[in-house]
Amino acid sequence: MSIIPAPLLRFYHRMASPPHFYNFADKILPWLVVIFILLAVSGLYMGLYLAPTDYQQGDSYRIIYIHVPAAWMSLFVYVVMAISGAIGLIWRLKIADVVAISSAPIGASFTLIALVTGSLWGKPMWGTWWVWDARLTSELILLFLYLGIISLYGAIEDKRTGSRAISILALVGVVNIPIIHYSVEWWNTLHQGATVAKMDKPSIHIDMLIPLLLMATAFKFYYGIAMLLVAKVEILKREKNSQWVQKLVEEANE
Amino acid sequence: MNSFNEFLAMGGYSMYVWPAYGIAFVVLLLNIVLPLMQRKQLIRDLALKWKQNKQ
Repeated sequence: MSIIPAPLLRFYHRMASPPHFYNFADKILPWLVVIFILLAVSGLYMGLYLAPTDYQQGDSYRIIYIHVPAAWMSLFVYVVMAISGAIGLIWRLKIADVVAISSAPIGASFTLIALVTGSLWGKPMWGTWWVWDARLTSELILLFLYLGIISLYGAIEDKRTGSRAISILALVGVVNIPIIHYSVEWWNTLHQGATVAKMDKPSIHIDMLIPLLLMATAFKFYYGIAMLLVAKVEILKREKNSQWVQKLVEEANE
Repeated sequence: MNSFNEFLAMGGYSMYVWPAYGIAFVVLLLNIVLPLMQRKQLIRDLALKWKQNKQ
């Protein structure tokens, strides 16, 4: 225990308590919103207006500024969900369970956005809305994993049992994450290879890279905002018989 | 105004670029609006339930 600094340990213990987490969410939400808006506005302005037109793809490439961040987030949120699910399984931490299930709808949304925007990009560039290649198929499986997790949780009455079930499903599904990432290398796909996240230097022009990274960071903050909003509802549902929720409801109705 | 029309035209790819941004916007907006509505509804339901229990 001594290797963990005391303030961090105190923070951890406080965060494990639902009312503290609820209040903490309320406190940081406005800040997250402000940072998100600044990042998204500058990212969109630079990406849609300032960034040069692509010499091969024309302006159609501008779909990249939502497609790629959404695809990255679809993987990132899944990993967060699986890790917090595992923490909930091992240490019986209520908040970890809440974070896991609250991440699922947002992860599913990012996956859906990645698929739909990819389709809208694929039509003019590849000549088809959809192709059963490794990257697209594994991303579609990711969507089904998210939807499976959401409906499994919804089908189980007891929330603790539900959380255990989805954590196990999420952990099993982790195997799909490296498959999605490396699919463009392992199989001969229509989808292009990595241009940013690779060992070598990114092979994308800096004026296109900056808005891409701005949008990717904006999406991270968006995830924080949306996840906390869902988590607040989830906490209220789970803690509805506790005193602090009764007080909160009474205060809301005054 | 001309440059704005040019911007909207997206070099001839407007029918792909703008729907992509539009769909993303709607989906992301729903993930904010729905939990806010659910929270309001939940607090209303809980208040009603306790009121009935007291009577």
